[in-house]
Amino acid sequence: MIVEGKKKIWADYQKDIPDDHYFYVRSCIRQAFWPGSEVTFLDITRNKLGKDFYENPYHTTCGGIAYHSDTIPQETAMTIIARQFALMHESGYENYVCSCITSFGCYTETLETWHEYPELEAKIRQYLWDSCKKEFAKPKYLAHASDIIYKFRFEIAKQMKYPLVNVKTGKPLKVVEHIGCHYSKMFPSKGFGGAEYPYVLVGMIEAWGGEVVDYPERRHCCGFGFRQYFVQADRGYSMSNTHKKFESMEPYEPDLIITNCPGCPYFLDRWQYVIAEQTGKTYGKDGYGIPALTYEEVAGLVMGYDPWDLGLQMHQVAIEPLLEKMGIPYDPKRKYQGLNGKDLGQPMCPSCIKSV
Amino acid sequence: MKENILIIGGGAAGMEAATQLKKLGLNPIIVEKSERLGGHIAQWDRLFPAFHPAKDVVEQMLNNVKDVDARLNTEVTDIQRDNNGFHAVLSNKETIDAKAVILATGFDLFKAERKQEYGYGIYNNVITSLEIEKFFKEGKDPRINNPKKIGFVHCVGARDVKVGNTYCSKVCCTTALKQACEMKEVFPDAEVYTFYMDLRMFGPGYEDLYLKTQKDFDVKCIRGRVCEVSEDMNGRLVIKAEDTLFGKPLRMTLDLLVLMCSMEKAKSIDKIQQKLGIANNSDGFMQNKDMYLGMNDSKQDGVFVAGTCTAPKSLPDTIGEARSVAVEVFNYINNK
Amino acid sequence: MDFGFCLSPSSHVKMDSIDLTTFNRLKETNPDVNTCIACGSCTATCTAGNFTEMSFRRLLLMLQRGKEDEAKKMIQRCMLCGKCTLVCPRGINIRKILLDITR
Repeated sequence: MIVEGKKKIWADYQKDIPDDHYFYVRSCIRQAFWPGSEVTFLDITRNKLGKDFYENPYHTTCGGIAYHSDTIPQETAMTIIARQFALMHESGYENYVCSCITSFGCYTETLETWHEYPELEAKIRQYLWDSCKKEFAKPKYLAHASDIIYKFRFEIAKQMKYPLVNVKTGKPLKVVEHIGCHYSKMFPSKGFGGAEYPYVLVGMIEAWGGEVVDYPERRHCCGFGFRQYFVQADRGYSMSNTHKKFESMEPYEPDLIITNCPGCPYFLDRWQYVIAEQTGKTYGKDGYGIPALTYEEVAGLVMGYDPWDLGLQMHQVAIEPLLEKMGIPYDPKRKYQGLNGKDLGQPMCPSCIKSV
Repeated sequence: MKENILIIGGGAAGMEAATQLKKLGLNPIIVEKSERLGGHIAQWDRLFPAFHPAKDVVEQMLNNVKDVDARLNTEVTDIQRDNNGFHAVLSNKETIDAKAVILATGFDLFKAERKQEYGYGIYNNVITSLEIEKFFKEGKDPRINNPKKIGFVHCVGARDVKVGNTYCSKVCCTTALKQACEMKEVFPDAEVYTFYMDLRMFGPGYEDLYLKTQKDFDVKCIRGRVCEVSEDMNGRLVIKAEDTLFGKPLRMTLDLLVLMCSMEKAKSIDKIQQKLGIANNSDGFMQNKDMYLGMNDSKQDGVFVAGTCTAPKSLPDTIGEARSVAVEVFNYINNK
Repeated sequence: MDFGFCLSPSSHVKMDSIDLTTFNRLKETNPDVNTCIACGSCTATCTAGNFTEMSFRRLLLMLQRGKEDEAKKMIQRCMLCGKCTLVCPRGINIRKILLDITR
């Protein structure tokens, strides 16, 4: 591997993203799958970095799931997006940041389509007015939340308590980075590092002391999509894609997978259980799996947030081996307690994949 | 007094045009930006289709121009039209007054790092067709260590809208098969594969080369373009391609991957070309008057073009054009 | 536990680990077999190919990609009429190869 070659490509695909004053929109499924992630993002950006990230309580989903599952036409999706932009404009912001990678793909696609077909933009303006009497302005800058964390990765590194290093051996953790397809595969120039060698997560791993693993199926999709996932019988297809990735990364013995999409960590995390049930194989050491975390969860871990406040107990793959490797203290008793120490009961744990 | 003819470029086209112009009684002056004449052909080991040693042809061409006035390590920095023809200023501060100008500036090889998915410059064992030719000539390259499995990828930087070159670069298919056979000669136990979209074997003896490649050298030609290259734990290359004739995608681990890069018009002449008012055609090469009876004329009086600066060509094509441009220039001078 | 779905095998050909015994054996007795350019003339004229899936072009590719079982199944359709050998532009003795495969 000649890293200079990669660095040249990364230098070609750089984005100049604004420093502050962002309008933040949440993700419909990310809030359900990884409840700690978005709250951590806002805590890091507002309280630890002192930036202005505003959330409007009236914002909704971007409509991406319905659009990609072919249940709503493109005009409807664009009108939903236009309403979001209208809320941004009414709240007095110009910079737009979204939490989900599919949203980022939808927003980029919408803005590019309006750029090439202004008559469609005019039509959507009319639809929005007819449906909710709102007028929108296009954002001056559109970023993804992982771009923000990437931009401030060195500031986060300054406040870092637990680098991505194995405290027992002193060696950096081997981290697999997985980018959501909608980040740069559609519009390579809109992603840090382009489509072939994306840099947004690599930059974070390098800044926080980890070592990036490059394996043959790195670019492969995890198989989430939307259409094929909804029909139960088709899920085998999605799972086979994730299986292909795991088979390819296995020889490298990664300690952690970092992702920036809601669906990818969901698949990379949950399918490890199904694969273990069906084939008896696990990919972590000693019968554990490989933890698949979102970038906010990793940022939170390195900054010293409590793992259970980050929502890491919601992952099916046991997170404790990673916490021990990084030397992060945790209280096993608090794992399944709710707010104010309320006892929420214990979930059923599988036997085929080890959980503490 | 013999009339001066300024020839910009000392490769095959420039040298052959100079040879003929001298025989026709004119005074050609070659201005070459590198330190030697010979152009790309001088870096070649053997020529297709019959593995003829390139240095035989090159040495003969160099011998033919030994009495020709050649300025090496020199570029044309400015050029103006005047009443007597053209007034050129060179980078060594000299000036040349010529009655006609021949642009024989040739090609640059496509920069393979632009095709990011092939990982040139990122993975150690991905090389270009020029680098493998140098290996044949010099006998060593640190990346070539007794490879057991070798792959050749055709059409890198050609027939590809993503890099902006939609043309076919003509000679890479024949070169690929020639180099595949040569690799089998150096490493007889290796398995050699070529990944092509089409096999363009257009000239005399080229189809025989194809037959020889399959029969005598056991090179396996797979119809399907390599789309992705990755590295495995041992530094070997994992490639993805489809066998379109069989209808299934395939995965293969290779020790070496050779990219057949296309020709692009040499960019160092851009400023002077603009000054002379010569436009580029839609493929980015110099525009000649037309491809039949005006292939050596440009749209500007007194400025002629020859060789790969107008389109990708083989060596015989280039030599043919160089001879025809000499005749055109001779007629132009005498009709003046 | 029945999930209602399962892992699907990958459809790609793993070129690193295919079994080329039959093809290599053919190369020794019929060196011309290497020179096929998959033009499809043989398949186009094939008598059996009119009504069955028989295709010599595909058959040879199957042997080269390690799908020997599929090839041996397809070859049963051949009527040994020799039309393929008649039209092959590379002059390959296809009829002999077909007999040699099953020998």
